[in-house]
Amino acid sequence: MAEITYLEAIREALFEEMERDPNVFCLGEDIGAYGGAFKVTEGLQAKFGDQRVIDTPISEAAIIGAAAGASHMGLRPVAELQFIDFISCGYDMLTNYVATARYRAFLPCPMVVRGPSGGYVRGGPFHSQNPEAAFLHTPGLKIVYPATASDAKGLMKAAIRDDDCVLFFEHKYLYRRVKDVMPDGDHVVPIGKARVAREGTDVSIITYAATVWKALEAAEQLQTEDGISVEVIDLRTLLPMDDDAIVATVKKTNRVMVVHEDTRTGGIAGEITARINETCFEWLDAPVLRVTAHDVPLPYSPPLEDFVLPQVSDIVTVARHLARY
Amino acid sequence: MEFPAHSLDLDAMLAAPPGADAALARAPRPHADKLDRAQRLALYRHMRMTRTLEERLVALYRQTKVIGGLFRSLGQEADAVGSAFALERRDIMSPLIRNMGSMLVKGATPLEILRQYMAKGNSPTRGRELNIHFGDLERGFVGQISHLGDMIPVMAGIALSFKMRGEDRVVLVYIGDGATSTGAFHEGVNFAAVQQVPLVVVVENNGYAYSTPTGRQTAANSFMDKALGYGIAGVQADGNDVLAVYDVTKAAVDRARAGSGPTLVELITYRRKGHAEHDNQSYVPTGEIEWWAAHNDPIDRFVAWLTTHDSVSADEFAEIDASVSREIDAATDEADLSPMPDALDALDGIYADPPTIAPHWYREGVRAAVDIHERPASWGTHDG
Repeated sequence: MAEITYLEAIREALFEEMERDPNVFCLGEDIGAYGGAFKVTEGLQAKFGDQRVIDTPISEAAIIGAAAGASHMGLRPVAELQFIDFISCGYDMLTNYVATARYRAFLPCPMVVRGPSGGYVRGGPFHSQNPEAAFLHTPGLKIVYPATASDAKGLMKAAIRDDDCVLFFEHKYLYRRVKDVMPDGDHVVPIGKARVAREGTDVSIITYAATVWKALEAAEQLQTEDGISVEVIDLRTLLPMDDDAIVATVKKTNRVMVVHEDTRTGGIAGEITARINETCFEWLDAPVLRVTAHDVPLPYSPPLEDFVLPQVSDIVTVARHLARY
Repeated sequence: MEFPAHSLDLDAMLAAPPGADAALARAPRPHADKLDRAQRLALYRHMRMTRTLEERLVALYRQTKVIGGLFRSLGQEADAVGSAFALERRDIMSPLIRNMGSMLVKGATPLEILRQYMAKGNSPTRGRELNIHFGDLERGFVGQISHLGDMIPVMAGIALSFKMRGEDRVVLVYIGDGATSTGAFHEGVNFAAVQQVPLVVVVENNGYAYSTPTGRQTAANSFMDKALGYGIAGVQADGNDVLAVYDVTKAAVDRARAGSGPTLVELITYRRKGHAEHDNQSYVPTGEIEWWAAHNDPIDRFVAWLTTHDSVSADEFAEIDASVSREIDAATDEADLSPMPDALDALDGIYADPPTIAPHWYREGVRAAVDIHERPASWGTHDG
């Protein structure tokens, strides 16, 4: 069977889920006839009609709020944000209404909020963001952020079937750069389970999304040039976090770094470091180190963006430091 | 005496106060005229229940049995009850903090409301939420959240689900004069208008948002006028005339049910109590509250109407009022005896899966750390 891209894998998941369940529908800006800014929903409206693939006004709060209301009634909305940067316009609706609804009112919100995320694409401050950490702090939401085409499909199907709201971050750098042959049959990847992207024994890299590929590239270089065996953990789901997978790799290599594309302060790497500190401090042979973006809005010009974002060379440098600590 | 007008139409109302003559006037009301005497008495009972139950809650608040803030709808009972009465049981509405009357019409019980205010474990939200922030899809009401305006997109989404599935159901959402200033109001009404969903937006213009008079909330002449900008129907009614409220809301509900899209209904009323019980209303001009109490009380007006047109006797009113009091007395006793929540229930039900989370290790076996009857000293600054 032919390989398909990360973007096509998401589209395939949407097609299959809309075919499987008449309660699934999509709404968002320019997703219908146009097929979305990145063409993720291309062909969806032609197949399912404009009642199930709804073009909306530029109203992120209304898109998320209306999805929540429809989800209370048993529908399963998939809301597209044209760029995930605009999720901040619906922040109140997500954190105050959606995330609390089951707990305070016993009203489930089985809905997906998805959108293109991340940098390395010269998108500048408002088309490159990684706002996942802003929602990691909100009980009631789930967050997934796949790195591979296969996981993008399987996690999208799981997200649509989940009985709570799932924020589905899609890395736009990976949209057309990574491919997989999709597994046969109903391919569903469980939410909350990390993946060992590369086995290793000397140093662990815990990461997710685009930096999984940076970590794999660094691991190859470290093996070849230094003989350092690197294990790469792809978290896939950030909330709930797979603590078992984190603890397992800490106990295996005893030297750990956390890599993410998002900024550093108050970020997910800090949370992972705290969890390691609380659960397996005595297994560490070195401090947990972070490789992240610098704490600035993401600039546009290539020399600036490349400097701010984590690169393969950063991961190699820090891994060497850890290995000889 | 001059009062700050909260719309041009209110100016006219104040110029000709609805005293005895106005109360007895029988304007043509095509929808309200179809109500029968028993239905009109039901409207009266819901209004009386609202007022008496809130008076009971004041007593419980002073005894610190109401744990959080208390929000009154004194003087607004007609707009809440009359509008909700225009809905069918299968329709769904979302109330505001001053819509206890709407919830009673939709089947919320005094016992539920008392347990909720008293933070009991068997309250509708098991002690998770305050006051009348609760709902029940079966009976057709969705609890509001404190972030005003947010319920408009959410209820537009429920209306969208009715449209998508071809269900013969209508959604009604309340919003105050203040919350029409939010972005969520604009986004939600515009979304509903574009999608032509069966939504009725009731703007309750009660003159104040906390301490801010309507004139500092909008430069528009009326909230009804805003409908024009969204391309939807806009109507206005005297919110203290329960039959007028019913009439105008029923017309909007019928339009929505017929597939003609949203209507914005502005109801003009007046908030005679503060934002919440702690609010001393120092910002209100002298005499304004007293004027509304003396000349434009919705229950007094409806009593005069019922006396004249339905020949309801003083004995009949007294019997209804006594049955309301008996129901509240029994509910108060039962609510008072209801248990507080089990502390560990706090960790239940944030997700479908996992259904519960583990307590922090240092809290294993530890119960609630504070006195359950303690009201935080800072109370009184929060939003409803």
